[in-house]
Amino acid sequence: MVRPEDQIELTPAQKRARRLRNVALALVLAAFVVIVYVGTWAKLGANILNRPL
Amino acid sequence: MAMTDDMAAPVISEATPRDFFNLLKPRVMSLVVFTAFVGLYVAPGSISPAIAAIAILAIAIGAGASGALNMWYDADIDAVMGRTALRPIPAGRVAPREALAFGVILSGFSVVMLGLLVNWLSAGLLAFTIFFYAIIYTMWLKRLTPQNIVIGGAAGAFPPVIGWAAVTNSLALEPLVLFLIIFLWTPPHFWALALFKAADYGRAGVPMMPNVAGNRSTQRQILVYSVLLAASGMLPFALGYNGPVYGLAAAALGLVFIRNAWAVETMGPEDKAMAPAKKLFGYSIFYLFALFAVLLAERVVIDLV
Repeated sequence: MVRPEDQIELTPAQKRARRLRNVALALVLAAFVVIVYVGTWAKLGANILNRPL
Repeated sequence: MAMTDDMAAPVISEATPRDFFNLLKPRVMSLVVFTAFVGLYVAPGSISPAIAAIAILAIAIGAGASGALNMWYDADIDAVMGRTALRPIPAGRVAPREALAFGVILSGFSVVMLGLLVNWLSAGLLAFTIFFYAIIYTMWLKRLTPQNIVIGGAAGAFPPVIGWAAVTNSLALEPLVLFLIIFLWTPPHFWALALFKAADYGRAGVPMMPNVAGNRSTQRQILVYSVLLAASGMLPFALGYNGPVYGLAAAALGLVFIRNAWAVETMGPEDKAMAPAKKLFGYSIFYLFALFAVLLAERVVIDLV
């Protein structure tokens, strides 16, 4: 339990920085997914389908 | 020693993505991207554009990660030098251990991605480059010897070799020539800076050549390295990798480099403004970009014709 007197309110600058960091991290994560996807296709090509089913 | 956590940064971070981006030393990264691309392009054999782009990205991120590790470890030095006092850690915007985590994680991801999607020789070379820059140069040589940037320059010289290895999965003389050019370029580039920033380096306790051996010796060594650099710039032509257009451009660029170094050599001790050293520092950056640009452009034209 967090007591109300222990809670703090972030300053506008802290909130803005946190929001920008979150957005940037989301973009980096999305880019990483695309890189792995595209890289896998480029490296394996049609061999992606060549696996035991 | 690196700064401890209680010396900097508010408890609740106000760091923006730009602060983290700046930890990657974007201006150094632009040179890394360019030279790595040249190494990748001139290598024989083919590589798919997607894999080439991933290789360049991984090399850039790896180089940036080593920059972040350097800024983590050197925050105490950066804080007392005018040129670097506004970097994210000394400015208090990024906590030291955030920069450390950022550098370690990006190092790991860049090396593993290069290995998995390109090949493990280039990944191993990238890992060695990060190790060499962050551990050998930053933690060991930089505070130990005036030869710090001479030996440490190897880290900055590796990118074209990694680019080459990304395509061929092997090494050859040609990328080592590109390595040699950047390796010989580093001392006159940094010592020109060290001459007019000697007070800063002295205050930070970094044993740069002018602070240890004096300006006179540094000026002479700049000239020696400049001659070696201009000669090494001719090697791609002399060894037949490039044609006369590159040969002429390299000769002209090298002669101007030597002329600038000569102007530095003839600076007297009464010259406090050190305009020739500032000019050489600026020209050295132009020189490396221009040399690699001509080398690349000639190869592109030859390939197209």
